[in-house]
Amino acid sequence: MTKYLLLSTILSLSLAESAFAATVDPADKLAGTQTFSFWLLDSITTLDPQLIEAVEDSDVARQLFEGLYTEDGTGELVDAGAIGYTVSDDKMTYTFQLRPEAKWSNGDPVKASDYVYAWQRLVDPATASAYAWYMELMQVENATAVIAGEKLQTELGVKALDDLTLEVKLITPLPYFRKMLAHSSVLPVHKANIEAHGQKWTEPGVLVGNGAYTLTEHKPGEKAVVTRNPLYWNNAATVIESGSFLTVNDENIAFTRYEAGELDTVGIPTGMYPQLSKDRPAEASSAPRACTYYYLLNMDPEKGLEALKNISVRKALSYAVDRDILVDKVLQSGQIPAYTLAPAAMAGFTVPSVDYATMTQEARSEEAKRLLTEAGFTAENPLKLTLNYNTSEGHKSIAVAVQQFYKAVGVELTLNNMEWQVHSDIMHERTYELARSAWCGDYNEASTFLDLFTSSSGFNDVGYLNADYDTLMADSKTMDDPQPNYTKAEEILAADMPIIPIYHYTSSRMLKTDVRGYPKMNVFGTWYLKELYRVAE
Amino acid sequence: MVTAKLRAGDLSRITDMAEVKGRSLWADARKRFLLNKAAVASLLVLMFITLFSLTGEAVAPWTNEEIDFNVIGSADTKGMPSLESGHYFGTDDLGRDLFARSAQGTRVSLMVGFVGTFIAVLVGTVYGAVSGYVGGRTDAIMMRIVDILSAIPYMFVLILLLVMFGRSMFMIFVGIGLLSWLGMARIVRGQTLSLKHKEYIEAARASGVSSWKIILRHILPNLLGVVVVYTTLLIPDMIMAESFISFLGLGVQEPLTSLGALIAEGSKSIVQGSLWQLYFPLAFFTVTLYAFYFVGDGLRDALDPKDR
Amino acid sequence: MFSFIARRLLVAVPTLLFLIVISAVLMHAAPGGPFNSERKLSAEVVANLQAKYGLDQPLYLQIWTYIRDLVLHFDFGPSFKYKDRTVNDIIAQGFPVTLVYGFWSFVIATILGIGAGVIAAIRQNTPTDYLVLSVAIIGAVLPGYVIAPILVLVFTLKLGWLPGGGWEDGEWRYLVLPVIALSTGYIASIARLMRSSMLETLNSNFVRTARAKGLPEWKVITRHVMKPALLPILSYLGPVFVGMITGSVVIDMYFSTGGIGKSFVDSALNRDYSVMLGVTLLVGALTIVFNLIVDVLYAFIDPKIRY
Repeated sequence: MTKYLLLSTILSLSLAESAFAATVDPADKLAGTQTFSFWLLDSITTLDPQLIEAVEDSDVARQLFEGLYTEDGTGELVDAGAIGYTVSDDKMTYTFQLRPEAKWSNGDPVKASDYVYAWQRLVDPATASAYAWYMELMQVENATAVIAGEKLQTELGVKALDDLTLEVKLITPLPYFRKMLAHSSVLPVHKANIEAHGQKWTEPGVLVGNGAYTLTEHKPGEKAVVTRNPLYWNNAATVIESGSFLTVNDENIAFTRYEAGELDTVGIPTGMYPQLSKDRPAEASSAPRACTYYYLLNMDPEKGLEALKNISVRKALSYAVDRDILVDKVLQSGQIPAYTLAPAAMAGFTVPSVDYATMTQEARSEEAKRLLTEAGFTAENPLKLTLNYNTSEGHKSIAVAVQQFYKAVGVELTLNNMEWQVHSDIMHERTYELARSAWCGDYNEASTFLDLFTSSSGFNDVGYLNADYDTLMADSKTMDDPQPNYTKAEEILAADMPIIPIYHYTSSRMLKTDVRGYPKMNVFGTWYLKELYRVAE
Repeated sequence: MVTAKLRAGDLSRITDMAEVKGRSLWADARKRFLLNKAAVASLLVLMFITLFSLTGEAVAPWTNEEIDFNVIGSADTKGMPSLESGHYFGTDDLGRDLFARSAQGTRVSLMVGFVGTFIAVLVGTVYGAVSGYVGGRTDAIMMRIVDILSAIPYMFVLILLLVMFGRSMFMIFVGIGLLSWLGMARIVRGQTLSLKHKEYIEAARASGVSSWKIILRHILPNLLGVVVVYTTLLIPDMIMAESFISFLGLGVQEPLTSLGALIAEGSKSIVQGSLWQLYFPLAFFTVTLYAFYFVGDGLRDALDPKDR
Repeated sequence: MFSFIARRLLVAVPTLLFLIVISAVLMHAAPGGPFNSERKLSAEVVANLQAKYGLDQPLYLQIWTYIRDLVLHFDFGPSFKYKDRTVNDIIAQGFPVTLVYGFWSFVIATILGIGAGVIAAIRQNTPTDYLVLSVAIIGAVLPGYVIAPILVLVFTLKLGWLPGGGWEDGEWRYLVLPVIALSTGYIASIARLMRSSMLETLNSNFVRTARAKGLPEWKVITRHVMKPALLPILSYLGPVFVGMITGSVVIDMYFSTGGIGKSFVDSALNRDYSVMLGVTLLVGALTIVFNLIVDVLYAFIDPKIRY
C-alpha cells in the first residue's frame, strides 16, 4: 500500500514539475519509510500563529499552516497561498490573487477572509499578541491605531475583495513588503474553528490548518507529531508521511540521540564543528544565519555612564575585542567576525568595509590603548565597567574572553550574569553599562537590522540618537536600491560605535545522509517538511 | 532585676556543668574517633583538600581566570593535563587552567557547605528541640510553621532569592542555609518526642528540673548523635544543592566558579571527549563528599552516648 | 486519630492561603516581568497583555481573583508563556508524568536504601559494610546532570537497549533511565540514615534484653529493631519526596519526559506567575498530605507518641 502511494507520488511529481514541494531527483530511489524527526531545543510554547514568538513554535507551525508565500532554500519567495499579485502605482496598495484549490484540513476552501481575520487578530488588543508590532513594521494602514485601541480591528488596511482576492493598503511604500509575508505571524487561521474551541483550538485533532501536514500528537516538553494532510492542495507532491519534533533541552544529549538514530537533524554542540566537519563532511554543515551578536554600550543621555558617552572610549572598547579569536577559537562553527551590524547573508546587501575592519588586531589594540589614554584612563586610573549577560554557556564563554581582551588594554570588566527576564528588563530600562544582545532578522532585507538603532526604534536600548542616521534609514524605504544609504548608515555606526558588533551567526547542523531537500543554506533556518524526502541507501 | 540575676546565675551554673561533663565526653570521643582508621584518614584527606583549596592558586602558574591563548579553541588536543604547559589538570575549552579553577571552586563549595550547614544546624536544632520538648500548643504552632515553610518548594524560593537580590556568594550561603533547617528541625523534634517519654527525663521533670535545663542537659546531648549524622549528611547536601543551582546557571559569577559549576561544564565532555574537564572537579567533589561521610560516621560512633 | 487528621487537614487551608500570598508577593517583587522579549514592547502592547491577564489590577485584587477562581472553579488561570494552554492543562499533562517516574524512583530509593542500610548495620565495620556504603555513596555524589548523559551514552548509544528520551505514556522502556537517574541520589542518603539509626537501636537496652532472652538474631531484628529504626527514615521521606519533584527538572531536561519539573523551573525563570503559583500550590498541598501520612505512620510505629 505504502509502496503504491509512493509510486503515484513520483508520477505526479514528474508530471507537475512543481517547484513548491519535494523535487525528487529522478536518480534517487526513495526509501521505504518516509519519516523525519527534528530537534527542538525548547518545548513548544504555542502553535497559534498570531501568538508565536519562539523559533521552535514557528518550525512546527510552518508545516501546519501556509501563508501567501513560502521561502526556498536561498530565501527567494515561492508562491504558496498566493498565485499572483499586483501593486498600485503609488506602491501602497497590494492585491493578491489567492490559490483557488487551497483547502483547510477540514475541507473548507481557504478564502481571502481567512487572511483578513488572521491579520486583524494579530493587532486586536484582545489577542494581546507580543508580535502585534510586526503589522506596524509591515506599514499596514491603521495597524498602530488598532493596537492602541483607538480604532477597531476591522479598520485595519486589509480587505477581502472577493473570496480569492486580498487587498492590503500600506501607509508608505515598502520595497520588501512581500518578503515579510513568509513570517509566521501573518499565517491565515480558520475563524470558525477558533471561535468554536477558543484557547483549545491548537490541540491535536482540533486544529484546522491549511499546511501540508496536520497535527496528530502534541505532548508539550516531549514531542509533537505531524502527519501528511491529504486535503493539502499539493498533497500529491508530498513525500514525507509524518514528522516528529522532539524536545531535548541539552544540545549534547540531542547530539547523542542523533548518533543513536532518534533524531534526523540536530545543531552541532559548541566546539565540535571543526572535528565533525573533517570526519563526517556528508553530515556536518554550517551556513550563515540572519543574526548578529553584539554588545550594547549604554550611552543614554541621562542613564548612561559618563565614560561611555565619550566616542573614544566606545571605539576603544570595540577595537580591543579580538573577533578572530572569538570566532575561530571560542565559537568554532564558521561564524563571521562582525565589524558592522547587518550580516552579508541578507539578500541584496553588501557589507561595507569600515576603517577598523581592515586593521590588524595588534593595530586595533594599540589604537584602543591610545584612545583610552586620550580619554584619561591610565593604569593608575583604569576604566572599570560591568558587563551584563543572560545565562548561557555561549554568552559566558564570550564574556570571559572579552574580559581578558579588556584586561590587556587596561580595562577592568566585571561580569554580571543574570537570567533573561531580568537582563531584558535592565536593557530596556537602560540601567546597565555594557550588555550582551543579538538580533535575528524578521525578513530578508538589511533594514531589519539597520532600523534597530534609529531614534524611534523599540530596540534602541543604547539611547543612540543620530539625526543623519534616522534620515538615511527613512529615505532608504522608498529607494529602489537602498545600498548606498545602508553603506553610509553602517559607516556612521562604526564612527559612533553605540554597539560593539562581534559576530554574525551561522547555523551548524548534522543531517542524516539519506535526507534530501533540506534547505541548509536558508538564512532564517526556514524549512518545510513537504520539501524533504529520504532516499534508500 | 532579681529575676535577671537569677537567670544569669542559672546560666553560668549550666555552662559549668556542661563543661565538667563535656570534658570527659569529648576526651572519650576523641579517643574513640582516633581508633577509627577510615575516619581519621578521611579527616586528613579533608584537611588536605582544604589546604589545596586555600593554596592551590598560589602554586599554579596560571590564575583561575587567565586564558591561555595557545590552547583556547583546541583544548581537546592541547589542553590536556601536562606538567610542561603548567596546566597540571589541563584546561577548559576556553584555555583556563583547571588546577587553579579546581582549587578556587573547591574553596567556594566548601564554604557553601560549612556556612550553609552551620546556619541550618543552629536554627534547626534549637527550634526542633524546643518544639518537641515543650510540646502542646507551642509544638503544634511551631511545627505548623515548619510545615508551611517546607510546603514552599525550596528551589523556587532559592531561585527567587537569587533573582531578587542578585546572585552573590552571601545570598547562596544564607539562602541554602536558611532553607535547609526545616529537615533538621523535624528530625530533632521527632527524636525529642521519643526522648521526652524516656524514664530519666520523666524523672528529671518529676524532681522539678526546669525545662531549659532538661533541654540543655538531657535532650541536646542525647540528640548529638543524630545531629552529627544529619550534619554530615547536610554538608554534602549543601554542596550538591549549590551544584544544582550552578547547573541552572544561578551560581557564583564568572570568573569565580564552584565544583558544581565545573562539573556541569565538564559533563559535556562526556559526549565531546575532553574528559579531564570532568574528572578533576568530579574527583574533588566525590572525595570531599566521601570524606565527609566517613568523618561523620566516625564522629557518630565516637559520640554515641549509648556506647559509654 | 481521626480528629487529628481532620484538624491537620483543616490547618492546610490557611497554610495554602499563606503559600499563595507569600509566593505572589515574592514573585511580583522579583525584577523582570512575564512579557519581556528581545524587543522592547510598545506601551500599548504591554497594556493589552496586562489587561488580558489581569496584571493591571492591584496585587491584592489579583490574589483575590486567583483564590476565587481556584475555589469556585478549580481554575489555576492561564499560562503567560504557554499561550494556548491553561495552568490546569500544564499540570494535568506534566504532573502524572512526574508522579509516575517519581513514584518508582521513590519506591526503589526507599527499598534499596533501607536494604543497604540494614545490611551495612548488621555487618558493621566489615568489608560488606564498607562496600555497601561506598557503592551507595558513589550514586549519591554523582549529580543528576552527570548521571543522565552517561546513562544515555551507555544504554542508548553504545548498547542500544533503551531509548535516550521521550515518555510514550510511561512505557517501561522509557521509564528505566529516568528512574535510575532520579533514585541513585536518594538511595545513599536513606542507606546512611538507616544504618546509623539501626546501629543506635541495636545498641539499646531492649535489644540487649531481647538477645538475652535467647531470641534468634533475625527475629530480634525484624521484631524489635526494624520498627524504631525506621522512625528517622520516615521523617526523611517527606523531603525526599519533595526533592524528587523539584529535582525532576534534570530528568525532564535530559530525558524529554515532559514532566512538571521543567515547567516549574521554567516558570520561575520566565516569571510565568500563574504556572509557578499553580505548581507551588500543588507541591505544597502534596507536602502537607505527605507530612500528614508520615506523622500518622510515626504514631503507628511508635505507640509512645500520642496525638
